[in-house]
Amino acid sequence: MAKITYIEHGGAEHVIDVKSGLSVMEGAVKNNIPGIDADCGGACACATCHVYVDDAWREKTGKPSAMEESMLDFAENVEPSSRLSCQIKVTDDLDGLIVRMPESQH
Amino acid sequence: MGDKALGVVIIGAGHAGGTAAALLRQYNYEGPITMIGDEPIAPYQRPPLSKAWLKGEADADSLALKPQSFYADVAIDMFLSTRVMKIDRVAKTVSLSDGRQIAYDFLILAMGARARTLPIPGADLAGVLCLRSAADAESLKSALGPGKRLAVIGGGYIGLEAAASARVLGADAIVIEREPRILARVACQVLSDFFTDYHRARGVEFEVAAMVEGFKGKDGHVTGVRLGDGRTIACDVALVGVGAPPNDELAREAGLHCENGVVVDDHARTHDPAVFAIGDVAWRPMPRYERMFRLESVANALEQARQAASAITGRPVPPHEVTWNWSDQYDLKYQFAGMPFDADDIVVRGDPAAAKFAVFHLKGDVVEAVEAVNAPAEFMAGRQLIGQRRPISRVRLADMTVSMKEVAA
Repeated sequence: MAKITYIEHGGAEHVIDVKSGLSVMEGAVKNNIPGIDADCGGACACATCHVYVDDAWREKTGKPSAMEESMLDFAENVEPSSRLSCQIKVTDDLDGLIVRMPESQH
Repeated sequence: MGDKALGVVIIGAGHAGGTAAALLRQYNYEGPITMIGDEPIAPYQRPPLSKAWLKGEADADSLALKPQSFYADVAIDMFLSTRVMKIDRVAKTVSLSDGRQIAYDFLILAMGARARTLPIPGADLAGVLCLRSAADAESLKSALGPGKRLAVIGGGYIGLEAAASARVLGADAIVIEREPRILARVACQVLSDFFTDYHRARGVEFEVAAMVEGFKGKDGHVTGVRLGDGRTIACDVALVGVGAPPNDELAREAGLHCENGVVVDDHARTHDPAVFAIGDVAWRPMPRYERMFRLESVANALEQARQAASAITGRPVPPHEVTWNWSDQYDLKYQFAGMPFDADDIVVRGDPAAAKFAVFHLKGDVVEAVEAVNAPAEFMAGRQLIGQRRPISRVRLADMTVSMKEVAA
């Protein structure tokens, strides 16, 4: 279990307990948090679960795979902290994680 | 909303219906929301049924769109294992199979499509399956395993994904296709050849240009597929994947304009301003291609769910999206975007033999569609180029030393 803070582009914060083993994307979608669309349901096929990982957490969330990196390359408003949240698996180590959402996923 | 809101009634509790219900609440719709579905379970993702779920890599919980508690938490009333018998557009009510009547301010039709059945002898034998619902997938999965033999009728995505999953589960698989090549309706020759070779190398057999005349059975269970040339293909289980007509009967009976599905505008609204249709059941505008079409994909279901929920809550029409879809087979990630309706040529980028390539469909120098295998940059850039309708250099597009960023620049 990890407490994750999802911050919408407009600033609204959602603090959610997410079960280990789920992805950061699933934690948002299953709790109906706006801002992460995840059209493909986590297949790394659509790049609509784009988030910015808080700087303090970038090391712990790891590096994107080549596939994820290629998808991100063409997402909107990409920054060095950009990740696809379907590719970040939640573990106890991510307790306290903060992610921010881009203005739009489409 | 005022106190007297009758609310939104959604017919169909699939990916489209479930998403529309959740979005209405996300967009702060305050009236009652009622969703009626004929399956016994809350909305779930169908794509994994022929992919990760069939291979045992995903469980029922991970398929669910939302946790069970979600619907009660946000006051979405759900009637499952329930059918809508009739829509009365004058009284603005729907009549349910349990005798209940529900009134609406807005009605969203999200009845989806159903697997086409074959009107041939033996089609009702046990072991002749289709793949549409979680229950279908359960039947198929329990019939597969080492030593079993699956015959797939129809070389489309569902059939190929099922064949790939069957091989992973240790079963034999043969794909029987009426056309001279698999994926004939949905992909180009390069892709057909590639997928044929990739599946063959993994033990899948093919019979193309083959008519299926019937199923043979013993003790009520399928034992083989009888072909037009007189041969019988032995099997323990047969999967029929030959397309999915829309469930638009209720709409037709209610006098709504239907073509191949319920006709809607770019807000997913029918000619009745109180009635919307979304997902597989909708015959919708495709502004990029200046025509109407029926799309069967999650991306389409979600785009139209956003359109309908936006219209009902007074939000602006969301921007049009370039249609896209994906398929997972073995270790292949196949992503495709756009439609090659008007394309006059193709450009292949990369090497099919290396299982990393993309086929771009062009009209002049404008990209109309892209089919990408293990080539996410080509898919993503292609999708953007399709939407922008900007001419590109074919020579640079075919040149792997020029990155997709540079091609699209």
